[in-house]
Amino acid sequence: MKRQQRMIPQPSTKLPTGIEGFDEASGGGLPRNRTTLVMGRAGSGKTVFSLQSIVNAARQRREAGLFVAFEESTSQIAQNAATFGWGLSALPKSKLFFLDAHLSPTVVRSGEFDLTGMLAILKAKKEEMGARWIVFDGIDVLLTLLQDPNAEMREIYRVREWLSDNELTAIITAKLDGRTLDVAPYGFMQFMVDCAIRLERRLEDGVSVHRLQITKYRGSGFAAGEFPLRIGSSGIEVTGPAPAEIRHTSSTERVSAGFERLDSMLGGGLFRGTSTLITGAPGTSKTTLAAKFAESACRRGERTLFVSFDEGADAITRNLSSVGIQLKAHVKSGVLRMYSGHTEANGPDEQLIILRSLVREHRPRCMVIDPLSAIAKAGALGTARDVASRLIYMLKDAGVTVVTTSLIQGDDPEVEATELQISTIADTWINLSYLVRSGERNRALTIVKSRGTRHSNQVRELVLNETGPMLTDVYTAGGEVLMGTLRWEKEAEETVRQKQRRTEFDHKKRELQFAEADALAQITALEIELQRKRAELALYSHHDEARSLSSTERNTDLRKLRSADPVAHRATAASLGNGRAASGSPNSGKKKTRKEARDAT
Amino acid sequence: MQRKRAKGKAASPAVATVVVMRLYISGNAPNSVRAIANLDAICKEYLKDGYKLEIVDVFEQPARALAEGVIVTPSLAKVSPSPAVKVVGNLSDKGNVLLALGIEGRAG
Repeated sequence: MKRQQRMIPQPSTKLPTGIEGFDEASGGGLPRNRTTLVMGRAGSGKTVFSLQSIVNAARQRREAGLFVAFEESTSQIAQNAATFGWGLSALPKSKLFFLDAHLSPTVVRSGEFDLTGMLAILKAKKEEMGARWIVFDGIDVLLTLLQDPNAEMREIYRVREWLSDNELTAIITAKLDGRTLDVAPYGFMQFMVDCAIRLERRLEDGVSVHRLQITKYRGSGFAAGEFPLRIGSSGIEVTGPAPAEIRHTSSTERVSAGFERLDSMLGGGLFRGTSTLITGAPGTSKTTLAAKFAESACRRGERTLFVSFDEGADAITRNLSSVGIQLKAHVKSGVLRMYSGHTEANGPDEQLIILRSLVREHRPRCMVIDPLSAIAKAGALGTARDVASRLIYMLKDAGVTVVTTSLIQGDDPEVEATELQISTIADTWINLSYLVRSGERNRALTIVKSRGTRHSNQVRELVLNETGPMLTDVYTAGGEVLMGTLRWEKEAEETVRQKQRRTEFDHKKRELQFAEADALAQITALEIELQRKRAELALYSHHDEARSLSSTERNTDLRKLRSADPVAHRATAASLGNGRAASGSPNSGKKKTRKEARDAT
Repeated sequence: MQRKRAKGKAASPAVATVVVMRLYISGNAPNSVRAIANLDAICKEYLKDGYKLEIVDVFEQPARALAEGVIVTPSLAKVSPSPAVKVVGNLSDKGNVLLALGIEGRAG
């Protein structure tokens, strides 16, 4: 009954180890109430792996555990564990118990022995503590003492029975070298356990490569393959498998690539959470461009991580300040974290793990890795490629917008595909090159690709000045974008031409203004003339009236004097008044009145 | 189950010291049973009454075994005279046991 159950453990019956990356690779941790065998050579991290699992269980889930040390004394183990800052000494004895099962070399052997006594002791301790975990660390040491393959087999079997009776989640570690791996009793041990893990540390191209592989997991799927492992300051970290399915969501939000003109070339900037690769020959200002991106992110107040290699952060900030990129203040405010790594110090695997923990610590929204090619410097290229793509995927999952740089020798990015083949996973690829023409080297910027973006296809000249990198205006001549002096000449020419045009325009404008003024003056003169004529007319009319009045008066007076007929006189006066009233326009009136006036006289 | 076999005190003034021993066994596991028999034979042959033996069954007294640093069974601890010595195994290798107990010479 029990045995049948053991054959088919449910996926839900896993206990997490709390070891970064391992729980992902194993689909949840170690099999609950089952036995896991951890194999590896000396120094491959077996003890750390098992101790870390059991300490995590005690700390995080209050699950008590027993640690049986066959190889090292418990004080040695405690000392080693203290360097990881797990707070081992703070854990109560009721949660974690160490059994020093390390046989002193002075012990005399006489005949066969077995583990029944030890198992009895452990059973008592387990019941006292309510322990759920047990570690047998370095069981090979004990087995060697047995000096008899049959006895070894028998004791392994005894341990197995005991473990299944006691329902403990167990980790057994065994030190193996290549030769003993498939030899009894280890072959049998691998068969008897439900989960087997191999740790390996080897040299690859002169760089230490540390790997973890799950070779067996009964009744459960697991990620096949070797996973990079690193024993860091807080214990083991494993780089889990890259997810088969891409889970990260894509954003339509645009993030500035650093400055406006580059953004407009990119159709508005970079999409958030995407990766950008800047390639270029030495000195094409890849770093400056990447740093500009970082600076603009900091200005927006977004947490940013700037990773550089083989150059101190101080030197980098100083150099960048000469091209108008000021990072110091952002470092001070905590928005920007500068990390400067040594390429030689760590293999690609370790670089990846270091970067991952940096990302976890700083939680950046934007990140620069300058150059990404640095991780390929030490170690095998295949590993480096793998690490580079894992890194990019990890950052995408975390929603980090990342700009990386990569050095290439040569001018054609298509031919000179980057060593890391990162161009295939980068969403945007900007290439910087030198264009040599007319005896000058000028920096040229091209966007090779930008996924989901209608990006500019133009080759632009990149200039650096004290305010940062800048894309110049585009001047083309004969289908070529002009750069450097040629551009400058074209610019100057354009300026002269513009000046000329302006002068011409000004001239014409002035001419027209004159003409306008002239016309106005003429209008004014005519106006004056008109006024004069009117005044003249008024004067004439006045005279005429006066004259006709005086003559009428005179006639009347004369008639009075002559005692003539008054009726005839009245009729003359009335016809005269009517004629004046009918005159509508002054001119016609004028003429009429003049005529009448003449007739009257 | 705890068997104490104190076979008298120092039997004869000629034998200066009494050998005090503790044998840790686990119930009636084959090796444990064999160890008791082997030790009995050795004691009878070489120590006569000049020894004190305590047999501790780990099944019954696990805490004590733990405190006394017993890992595998059977194992024999010589408590006195010093130096304290530990022998593991079913004691079938008589020579090693005698050497450890420092009683090799007494046979003669």
